[in-house]
Amino acid sequence: MKKILTIIGREFKSYFSSPIAYIFIVGFLVISGLFFGLNLLASKEATLRYFMGNTIFILIFIIPALTMRLFSEEKKTGTLEILMTLPVRDYEVILGKFLASFLFYLLMLFLTFIFPLTLFVIGKPDLGIMISNYLGLIFFGMALLSIGLYASTLTENQIVAFITSLGFIMILFFIHALKNVFGEALGPIFEYVSLNSHFDNFSKGLIDSKDVFYYLSMTCIFLFLSLNILESRKWK
Amino acid sequence: MIEVKEIQKKYGDFKALNDVSFNIEKGEVVGFLGPNGAGKTTMMKIITCFMPPTSGYVKVLGHDTIESSLEVRKLIGYLPESAPLYTEMEVSEYLRFIAGMRNIPKSKIDSQYRKVVEICGLSEKVRMPIETLSKGYKQRVGLAQALIHEPEILILDEPTSGLDPNQIIEIRELIKKLGKEKTIILSSHILPEVSATCNRVIIINRGQIVAEGEPDKLVEASQSGEIVHVKIEGPKATIEKALSKIKDVTNVGLLEDVEKMSVFKVTRKEKSKSDLRKDIFDAVVKNKWVLYEMNSEEKSLEEVFINLTKEEKYK
Repeated sequence: MKKILTIIGREFKSYFSSPIAYIFIVGFLVISGLFFGLNLLASKEATLRYFMGNTIFILIFIIPALTMRLFSEEKKTGTLEILMTLPVRDYEVILGKFLASFLFYLLMLFLTFIFPLTLFVIGKPDLGIMISNYLGLIFFGMALLSIGLYASTLTENQIVAFITSLGFIMILFFIHALKNVFGEALGPIFEYVSLNSHFDNFSKGLIDSKDVFYYLSMTCIFLFLSLNILESRKWK
Repeated sequence: MIEVKEIQKKYGDFKALNDVSFNIEKGEVVGFLGPNGAGKTTMMKIITCFMPPTSGYVKVLGHDTIESSLEVRKLIGYLPESAPLYTEMEVSEYLRFIAGMRNIPKSKIDSQYRKVVEICGLSEKVRMPIETLSKGYKQRVGLAQALIHEPEILILDEPTSGLDPNQIIEIRELIKKLGKEKTIILSSHILPEVSATCNRVIIINRGQIVAEGEPDKLVEASQSGEIVHVKIEGPKATIEKALSKIKDVTNVGLLEDVEKMSVFKVTRKEKSKSDLRKDIFDAVVKNKWVLYEMNSEEKSLEEVFINLTKEEKYK
């Protein structure tokens, strides 16, 4: 546990050691702020509902950038060799890196609180729905981060990691579009697997345990896959 | 202390290591020597638990590298090739991170940190980001991280590669100093390095051990015959004749001829009972010439190495 914390500390700090983190934070806030403003002007409703739809779309691009270097950089520079010959278990490394990126993501979400706060100033939004919205973003982000982490274990090239995770996420995000193609028998499967369809309830203000379960299992699956890749160096 | 038994490592069809066995005792400084791609780094990665062997086993103080990998890792300090470090971190920050990962108790982190900074001569650089340091200092940071938990065993992969001559000497001195207390394995493809720092050499080529022993003994064992360069003042032709009459001498060549002095190269193929130098000296004294210089041409570890690794290629 202590080692996981040590890794989280290092990884989290390393986000801020280059301008990249600031660029992402600012970029994220500017783009999401833009959408927020446009939605507000168009709908004249004190709600985050439309904003949520735009935000998860921005996250599809932002999150792979947050996770792309987690393993690929260590592979490229060889620091992974020092890390993995320290007395640390493989799962501790995976969890440490994942939680560091999660922490950074939470920080980004925290900074968007300025948007709901604005709504409270100008109108009377429903706090419950907002909480549900943000919980949705947290779970949605978690799943995306684990996919990004997995892509990062596959390659030593950050750009390849970025594109790979973007690809995985895109597929899992839009896969529900196939439900009509495959008819009633297989259709629901595609709908169930989709990252997108599980977000609907959250954006409406419904917190369904099924959706929470879905995002958490996606996270676990991809963390487990990452662990497998990390352990593959131990294949004889 | 380290027991390596019948190690094989395959990458696909390629055998990186083939049936390698050796033992390393406490306090030894052992050099892995071999051309690039011979399997030195692979051997180190196996001992440090980064990857397992395909077959065979490595035991460090009785702990198997696969079954009790965490135990083994605690005993070893490892510096991989070209010192890969988190370059965005400051030296102090980095060393404290490693100390944390090494489970050094909080109360001891400070004293351990100061100790390695002192040993590795980093005190002026601790507040600097690693990326701004020179190659030599990066190497020292790498050494410091390998030392911070006071391991019994140090494994250093090409510790001086890419350094300038002054830095090489500094790192070598540091290794020599550390070698008094610790068991060290280092790898190199540069020979003087190994003969300067190690008390045992394991020469690896194409995944196999081709020779093993003390550097001097390896040189001696491969040396057959003697070659002596000698500078004598006197009548050239007579000297040449006299020299070639010395017992077992197979060849006398005139290398230089400056005024009255001449330099000869005297070769004796087989080793004889008496030293060739003594025989030449006796001949000079007998004829009342003047001897200015004499030195025997010794085979270096370099030649031993080239011979061993070349032969292997043509097999």
